[in-house]
Amino acid sequence: MNKFRDTDMQAVIGWILRAGVLISMSVIFIGGAFYLYRHGHTHVDYSTFKGVPDFVHSPGGIINGIFTLRGRAIIQAGIVLLIATPVIRVVFSAIGFVLEKDYLYTGITLLVLLIILASMLSGHAG
Amino acid sequence: MSVIVLTLIILVGSYFAGLLGSLTGLGGGVVIIPLLTLLLGVDIHYAIGASLVSVIATSSGSAAAYVKEGITNIRLGMFLEIATTAGAMVGALVAVYIPTNFIAILFGVILILSAIMSLRKKAELINQQPSKLAEKLKLNSSYPTANGRVDYKIKNVGGGFFMMLFAGVISGLLGIGSGALKVLAMDGIMRIPFKVSTTTSNFMIGVTAAASAVVYLQRGYIDPGLSMPVAIGVLLGALSGSKILVHTTSSGWLRWVFALVVTFLASQMIYNGFTHKI
Repeated sequence: MNKFRDTDMQAVIGWILRAGVLISMSVIFIGGAFYLYRHGHTHVDYSTFKGVPDFVHSPGGIINGIFTLRGRAIIQAGIVLLIATPVIRVVFSAIGFVLEKDYLYTGITLLVLLIILASMLSGHAG
Repeated sequence: MSVIVLTLIILVGSYFAGLLGSLTGLGGGVVIIPLLTLLLGVDIHYAIGASLVSVIATSSGSAAAYVKEGITNIRLGMFLEIATTAGAMVGALVAVYIPTNFIAILFGVILILSAIMSLRKKAELINQQPSKLAEKLKLNSSYPTANGRVDYKIKNVGGGFFMMLFAGVISGLLGIGSGALKVLAMDGIMRIPFKVSTTTSNFMIGVTAAASAVVYLQRGYIDPGLSMPVAIGVLLGALSGSKILVHTTSSGWLRWVFALVVTFLASQMIYNGFTHKI
């Protein structure tokens, strides 16, 4: 029987983190190029907090923005992927601990995921 | 200011922030926020959002390398992430209700603490005293050194966990990795070898930042136009920093320069906080 060990998990986690950063940063870079091309000479002011434009604030707006090649929507999609990277790492750690039959750590890992989920939901409510 | 000029300034500034942050082990976030708020007049909420994004990029990027080398204690990281993510969630949620000038002052204080931490002498301690809780949680492990793998044991699990809760709140509140506090908890309280504590702290920073980033994302703190040059600049700077680190053995004078720069920025943040300019 194939035994899944800590070293296997290290390899998988390392790979996920590297791939996640590479993919999301590439998306951010591409979005940045579109944004600078279309809005390079627009005047911007970040001195007062106004939140973000509507089209980068909702999943629907971001998806729609990607198809119409709006730079900031593409950047925001990249940022979402970047934020998801460590969370995906936690998901794979949970799977790894199940394969190792380490149920204590499967529980601990699921608890971390639950906290992140709660954070996501509480942010939405606020 | 036009988009292109602002983007270029932030890109260059973030590059040096990432470079210095990686050379000293303090992380890029501690320089990015003063750069954006003090120099470019950016609202501190946007600065915090952009800094968080860069923190996730750099910590995930470097964690990938450390994890593969087998230095990171994954179980310890996983266990302490309960504390840091819960803390980060609380930090991000209460941040909305805290006046910005108070956030600026708190930021300055943490910055000075980080600078002091970076100047400490780092002796590699290896604890062999057994602890029941560490045993139960399978936290004791080994790490590679020049003389092969060395076993170490962990103590004060409860104290370290509590300190991590605090580190999480600070991270969520200020949008930084709060690596200094994490190392303080692991090094100072739990007696973990320095190499293991820095890499494990780095491993945890990404998840901790993600837990507060999901709140900030929905609150509109993370602006794509601002986060793009910050994330790219800091990541490239951190990559260059890790290349330099491999080639130079001593970076003593660099730590001093960075500590002085950071202390100066910190005092500016505190001053502007007290005079309500932030």
